[in-house]
Amino acid sequence: MDIYAQNIIDHYHAPHNCGRLSEPKLSSSQVNISCGDQIVVDMKIEDDKIKDLKFEADGCAISIAAMSLLSDYLLNKNKAEVLALKYQDILNILGVPVAERRYKCVLLGLLAVQNIILKAENNPERTWDDLL
Amino acid sequence: MSISKNFPILKTKINGHDLVYLDNASTCQKPQVMIEALSEFYTKHNANIHRSSNPLADIATKKYEDSRLAVAQFLNCQKNEIIFTRNTTESINLVAKTFAKTFLQAGDVVLLSLAEHHSNIVPWLQLKQEIGIELAYLPLDKNGYLDIVQAKIMLTDKVKFVSIQAASNVLGSIHDYREILKLAKVKNITTLLDAAQIVAHESLNVQELACDFLVFSAHKMFGPTGVGVLYGRKDLLQMMPAFLGGGEMINQVLTDTFTPNELPYKFEAGTPNIADVVAFKSSLDFIKNLTWEYIQKTEQELTDYLWQEMLKLDFVDIYGKNIANKHLPIISFNLKNAHAHDVAELLGEQAIIVRAGQHCTQILHESLGVPATVRASLTFYNTKKEIDLLIKNLRLIYNKFKV
Repeated sequence: MDIYAQNIIDHYHAPHNCGRLSEPKLSSSQVNISCGDQIVVDMKIEDDKIKDLKFEADGCAISIAAMSLLSDYLLNKNKAEVLALKYQDILNILGVPVAERRYKCVLLGLLAVQNIILKAENNPERTWDDLL
Repeated sequence: MSISKNFPILKTKINGHDLVYLDNASTCQKPQVMIEALSEFYTKHNANIHRSSNPLADIATKKYEDSRLAVAQFLNCQKNEIIFTRNTTESINLVAKTFAKTFLQAGDVVLLSLAEHHSNIVPWLQLKQEIGIELAYLPLDKNGYLDIVQAKIMLTDKVKFVSIQAASNVLGSIHDYREILKLAKVKNITTLLDAAQIVAHESLNVQELACDFLVFSAHKMFGPTGVGVLYGRKDLLQMMPAFLGGGEMINQVLTDTFTPNELPYKFEAGTPNIADVVAFKSSLDFIKNLTWEYIQKTEQELTDYLWQEMLKLDFVDIYGKNIANKHLPIISFNLKNAHAHDVAELLGEQAIIVRAGQHCTQILHESLGVPATVRASLTFYNTKKEIDLLIKNLRLIYNKFKV
């Protein structure tokens, strides 16, 4: 199966939940130095659940599509569910066979999202390896 | 016979497609003679060198030193001015951490350029942290070549060391490095030339270049990985303290002190990469037999064709310019609607091997204003047919990503 399935390219061209949220909000930004991808994610959490999420990103089709698909998936999930997500879960959400060397493209959005929650609770932030 | 027949890997297929290897600026492929020399060393001659008095070690030592002599002849210098390291990066680090750390002081300026590889920036940033030197970056002109006019202005009395590349690994521009080195020499400034990208494309004669140090890697000139070269002017190498400490680099070890070995062994601590250094000689011989005339004629044709065909694509942004006779067979670009990594991924599916990213030049990419580029880098074994395949596939990728 093609890793650049039409679905992936559609999300790349028109990502869901794109933009920034108004205050009050929680935010995190991540960069993937090795390819220059960057992302900023804004979230609103109420009653332990993600009530709103928007992001702005500059990156490859895989990183943008991953965050776009993830952003739909995350709405109304509770914090523990979000923190339990790993690399394989994002691959499942993407639904295309992405080579392992592009794990940072796959994980860029998830890393930002999890670190928003961890930072808000004064917990240590995660790095790429923590999500594999 | 086609020259590519000498490079067995070029017969490889990926996903059923013939390998089209366009990542030669990262590392180039190896001729059969080098692969055989490597195998022959381990099959017949393997022993540790410069140590035991036995016939096997004698042969191994002779072969290792024959390679040093071949490199010295290649650069036109003395044998004991050639130090074997692991790679270009280690060679630059050696100079920064021994020569520069000893003879530079806080406030002295080291002049680099905006196009330098991280290997020629980070060792100097480390030295800045350690002893407080300052760094200045020579800009590029509008065509992507080191700006000679600016060089004249920036070579002030505060500049004590110039460390520049001969050619850009991203833009492919072959700078007027000879002129910049000369300008520095007139002002008595110590110079290092990063020859990593140029070394497989034109001959270098250190007697004619105003450089005190020159560095490159064997693997970018059809040799094995794990072998770097540092040429240093003998009087400077003698003044410099040793780099790593251990076996081979010492003359005498006492409980409270040591004296270093003579040149070049003073800078080669521990058992070196013997087999790869030995095999490297066959790569140098291969280049010599091929002749620079052949290499440059072939590569000029490829460079001109590559740029001509790429410039026809209206959906491609190209970085730098091809100025005839001053350009490597390299082009860096982006498709207007697809990210560099996606382009490289899709080319890879067709067995067309390119590199995407910042190519270890974050500062250059910031000045280009793009997060990443796709780079195709060719050498004499590439063909116009392969360039046609690249172009054809770029069209397909563009169409796939069209909104």
